[in-house]
Amino acid sequence: MKYGFSSGKELLSICEAEGITIAEVMLRKEIETSERSRDDLVNEMFENLMTMQEAIREGFYNKQHTMTGLADDNAEKLLDYADKANMGPDMTKICAAAIAVAEVNASMGKIVAAPTAGSSGVIPAVLVMCSEKHSFTDRDLVNGLFAAGAVGAIIAKNASISGAEGGCQAEIGTASAMAAAALAELCGASPAMALSAAAMALKNILGLVCDPVAGLVECPCIKRNAMGAANAVLCADMALAGITSIIPFDEVVSAMRSVGRMMNVDLKETSKGGLAATPTALEIAERIHME
Amino acid sequence: MKEFSVFDIIGPRMVGPSSSHTAGAVRIGLVAHRLLCGEHVKSADIELFGSFAETGFGHGTDRAVLAGILGIEPDDARVRYSVLLAKSEGVEFSVRKNDREPDHPNTTRIHVVSETGREFTLVGASVGGGNIEITEINGMEVSFTGEYPTLIVFYNDEPGVISAVTAVLAEKEYNVAFMKVFRNAKRMDACMVIESDSTVSRDVIGLIREKVKDIKEICVV
Repeated sequence: MKYGFSSGKELLSICEAEGITIAEVMLRKEIETSERSRDDLVNEMFENLMTMQEAIREGFYNKQHTMTGLADDNAEKLLDYADKANMGPDMTKICAAAIAVAEVNASMGKIVAAPTAGSSGVIPAVLVMCSEKHSFTDRDLVNGLFAAGAVGAIIAKNASISGAEGGCQAEIGTASAMAAAALAELCGASPAMALSAAAMALKNILGLVCDPVAGLVECPCIKRNAMGAANAVLCADMALAGITSIIPFDEVVSAMRSVGRMMNVDLKETSKGGLAATPTALEIAERIHME
Repeated sequence: MKEFSVFDIIGPRMVGPSSSHTAGAVRIGLVAHRLLCGEHVKSADIELFGSFAETGFGHGTDRAVLAGILGIEPDDARVRYSVLLAKSEGVEFSVRKNDREPDHPNTTRIHVVSETGREFTLVGASVGGGNIEITEINGMEVSFTGEYPTLIVFYNDEPGVISAVTAVLAEKEYNVAFMKVFRNAKRMDACMVIESDSTVSRDVIGLIREKVKDIKEICVV
């Protein structure tokens, strides 16, 4: 296979040899392995993009009803506050969009798992909300999703993208790394710089546990989507400013895998430890399970 | 190690909140729907086990399984409203939790009856990432994932039935990807599960029914 890669190093060597972007390598690899046409694959990704855009709109403009009823309109609150926010209106809108999608997900609305349903707010928020500032077209955003997919595929292969296996670092951490690389590449970063952005994003979330209150994808998952999006933008900007990750991407992924293995099972989606074991969480769980 | 497609990472499009507790649950319900071969569902009883029973309410697992039984796909926004839909279509249904420890934590048992009185009980598990495994149909242990178009044939365990069915498939140029046979005891009820690359058409199912006399039930899920 000409475009096969299973590590960041292999991905970069293809990018350099062919003089193409991460997104283009991912697309050519998919053409090789799926035997589907370029147009067909681009259209399929475009469907994903449209679903992401729709989920942001849905979360911003329609009140959501999550199962616990504890997180229905945080996206709207943050959006209304954007102009006064300490982190500036642009970053605030990105975070609000991440919350919007995560609230739609928690309310049984339609989303795109990226890489999972629980972390589905990060990538749409970063790519869609940055598109206005940079005048990205939908075709650019589709490229961003292919680039994000390449990073996610390497992490899935060498570590994990499942909270039950690797904790939240594997879900929000991966989503944040994917979004950071995609945004950096869309803003003109070289493939090496884009992977550096991904490495920094993953490093910042390394070790985060998966401890959902009452076993539901709400608390703390929804707010962690906002954090994952903000972290992605920060790391893309650091890379674009010329800052590199001291630990290379592949070594960060391997560290994430070993941290996931060391993590106690109580902290991996079982709701037996962390926030899920706090008195307030237990009260919420009791109330929900009574119903 | 598995090769990931880009759409395993960016995708699937689905109704939230959980690929295992929602999307996978819909897919198990869909198998029950398809067993009825397009006949209207008259009643459905859903039992939830393990983690499905513990956190299923909060993940909409009950609504997800019911949606599947009604023929709604995992990426269809109507999953959320399946209870209303069932009521408006006059489908009687019940959902209950079962405390018995299942083999897999995310397990459901579904009993469906069609308007013509056809009846199926199936047990399925959501095994992660929206993937499922059906482990039991009408008391018979089976195993298939629904990833491929799957032909299910219930028949009397007599010599020649298997070759008669596969002969028709070969004649109509269906490529069999995987095939397994199960039975309760010698010369008793048996079940063939044939996973193929393309969906076996209604005409060909009719032809198999016509040619093979020992068949009791045949359907594509």
